[in-house]
Amino acid sequence: MTADTEKMTPEQQALFDYLLRLGDNAVVLSHRLGEWCGHAPVLEEDIALINVALDLLGQARSIMTYAGEVEGAGHDEDALVYRRDGFDYRNVLLVEQPNEENFAVAIVRQFLFDAWHYELQTALLQSSDARLAAIAAKSVKEVTYHLRHSSEWMVRLGDGTAESHGRVQEALDDLWRFSGELFEADAVEERMAAAGIGPHPQSLYAAWSETVDRVLAEATLSRPEDGWMQSGGRNGRHGEHLGFILAEMQFLQRAYPDARW
Amino acid sequence: MYTQGLDVQKGDVSIPLEQGDSELERRFQAKIDADEKIEPKDWMPEGYRKTLVRQISQHAHSEVVGMLPEGNWITRAPSLRRKAALLAKIQDEAGHGLYLYSACETLNVSRQELVDQLLEGKAKYSSIFNYPSTTWADIGAIGWLVDGAAIMNQVPLQRCSYGPYSRAMIRICKEESFHQRQGYEIMLTLARGTAAQKRMAQDALNRWWWPSLMMFGPNDKDSPHSAQSMRWKIKRVSNDELRQKFVDVTVPQADFLGLTMPDPALRWNAGSGHYDFGEIDWEEFKQVLQGNGPCNRERMRDRNRAHERGRWVREAALAHAEKRRARAAAQTTAVAAE
Amino acid sequence: MSERDWPLWEVFIRAKAGLAHKHAGSLHAADAQMALENARDVYTRRGEGVSLWVVPSTAITASDPEDKEAFFEPTGDKIYRHPTFYEIPEDVKNI
Repeated sequence: MTADTEKMTPEQQALFDYLLRLGDNAVVLSHRLGEWCGHAPVLEEDIALINVALDLLGQARSIMTYAGEVEGAGHDEDALVYRRDGFDYRNVLLVEQPNEENFAVAIVRQFLFDAWHYELQTALLQSSDARLAAIAAKSVKEVTYHLRHSSEWMVRLGDGTAESHGRVQEALDDLWRFSGELFEADAVEERMAAAGIGPHPQSLYAAWSETVDRVLAEATLSRPEDGWMQSGGRNGRHGEHLGFILAEMQFLQRAYPDARW
Repeated sequence: MYTQGLDVQKGDVSIPLEQGDSELERRFQAKIDADEKIEPKDWMPEGYRKTLVRQISQHAHSEVVGMLPEGNWITRAPSLRRKAALLAKIQDEAGHGLYLYSACETLNVSRQELVDQLLEGKAKYSSIFNYPSTTWADIGAIGWLVDGAAIMNQVPLQRCSYGPYSRAMIRICKEESFHQRQGYEIMLTLARGTAAQKRMAQDALNRWWWPSLMMFGPNDKDSPHSAQSMRWKIKRVSNDELRQKFVDVTVPQADFLGLTMPDPALRWNAGSGHYDFGEIDWEEFKQVLQGNGPCNRERMRDRNRAHERGRWVREAALAHAEKRRARAAAQTTAVAAE
Repeated sequence: MSERDWPLWEVFIRAKAGLAHKHAGSLHAADAQMALENARDVYTRRGEGVSLWVVPSTAITASDPEDKEAFFEPTGDKIYRHPTFYEIPEDVKNI
């Protein structure tokens, strides 16, 4: 799959990588949310989580279709999602973290992501790339709701019982090390920012940080210290979990390579 | 997705089904005979209420447990389009479970009581969900056959005499119209696909066909309490009639797919204008209902586990709401004191 | 097993601007915000509405079916409340 990318110009290559980052985040997080189906704390929340999963899946499809066009190698959304191996996946590490059947983990992961995703999609409304701006126009409405949903759960769980407070604080302490990657700049991000296609990652930090502080304060939770931050997902260096996600997700496409579904 | 003609089991005396002849009961039956709806606060015989609670809650449980065999394939759906459709379908089932629990709650039973009955193994749910979904074709077969059978059952229930149940069924039927098409489209794609895909489709049909026929419940002659349910218009069409109708519409659909029905006795009967079909394995049906289906234990374990893992979340939400109320009250008092 | 249910809420949806809110169903939620969001997720998945109300079920006072005769039947013979009660010659227009 990577052989064809030689035909792209450096600008196209950077845009392609950038789109994969956006798309893979949505694919992987949507997948993790899908794992909750039938197992949420109440029926109402099953429905709510699937709504978020469906929104992200829809975003992924738009972005992947566009990525395939930029790449120009004839790959549609499914070819990109179902036929790339882990080291070609460009999602941040945060979204691949497992649920562990723990609602606190799902909510903290979602909240840290949503708070960033909201700022990102808002910035993408101004993208010089008309296609990305159009996708953002739709996504930003969805993400606004996601952030509202996860923020309220942060508050309920943080300021709920002693047990829920402990669980959500523990999840927050554990997942915090994946928040730094969201704001890391590298050659791809710099090029996107210079071309006005995407915001500079660091430009999103202040607003994200403010949202996090506001919600954590209301939730009576403590913001963890910024220790060593894990990173690498956006360049294909993942943890061990992604391989299992892909093994499941890609099973049919890999087992029956000549089939259409 | 589905309610089953489980009815009241033989020998069960917990539901009084005798028709009384008090003035109240006569008026009640007259209303039903006039096709008027019964609403939650109206007087109703205890047998009517209990029969409804049992039927609606079984229906609700079926929706909720029914999420599991399909949910099993969400993470393995073979394309983003299929994944979105499957997620949306299972989400509908959660919604339908919710509508039905709500309808049941109008009869003075709490959601918690109903959920407890399911988790403690005291309540039944459709036997079909105790079969495993082992290949992707099962998602096609479930949509086509299981939802197809469900629709047969649910369409007449829109005219059920109990208002809240009838309204829930109207909403459910409207939303479910895409479910069966979604399943059939998967089957069609497989049947027209590679040899391996076609084999997968045939295998799914072989496994799901008979359990789908069982979804309509026992034969009418073995369903002693159906008559009362019909008189009350809780049930509107008999098990056997619905089953025959399902067979009649489904056989040509299988033919179109180029798949073979796993029933050597199946043939068109020009005299009756219906398909004749083989005898259902009622022993298997009985065993599945008694908890001995291939996945009964897994389904119950799965539900119980999810419920337990969610307990602290439900408690936290209540505790938080309570804190908010207390703070708001304290603030009001403080303002009043100034 | 003595777990307490989240409170029950009734959901009302305005299908489009210009129409009144109509009862759609009910659901459980721990607080009003959650009730509103659950209502959005549960009852408006297919674009059913532009506005939502949620009301705690316990806040609704309903008339008693026993009172049906006393409440609603007395209006049955007050036909003078309807325009067709009054006889106006055909020749008179715009009335």
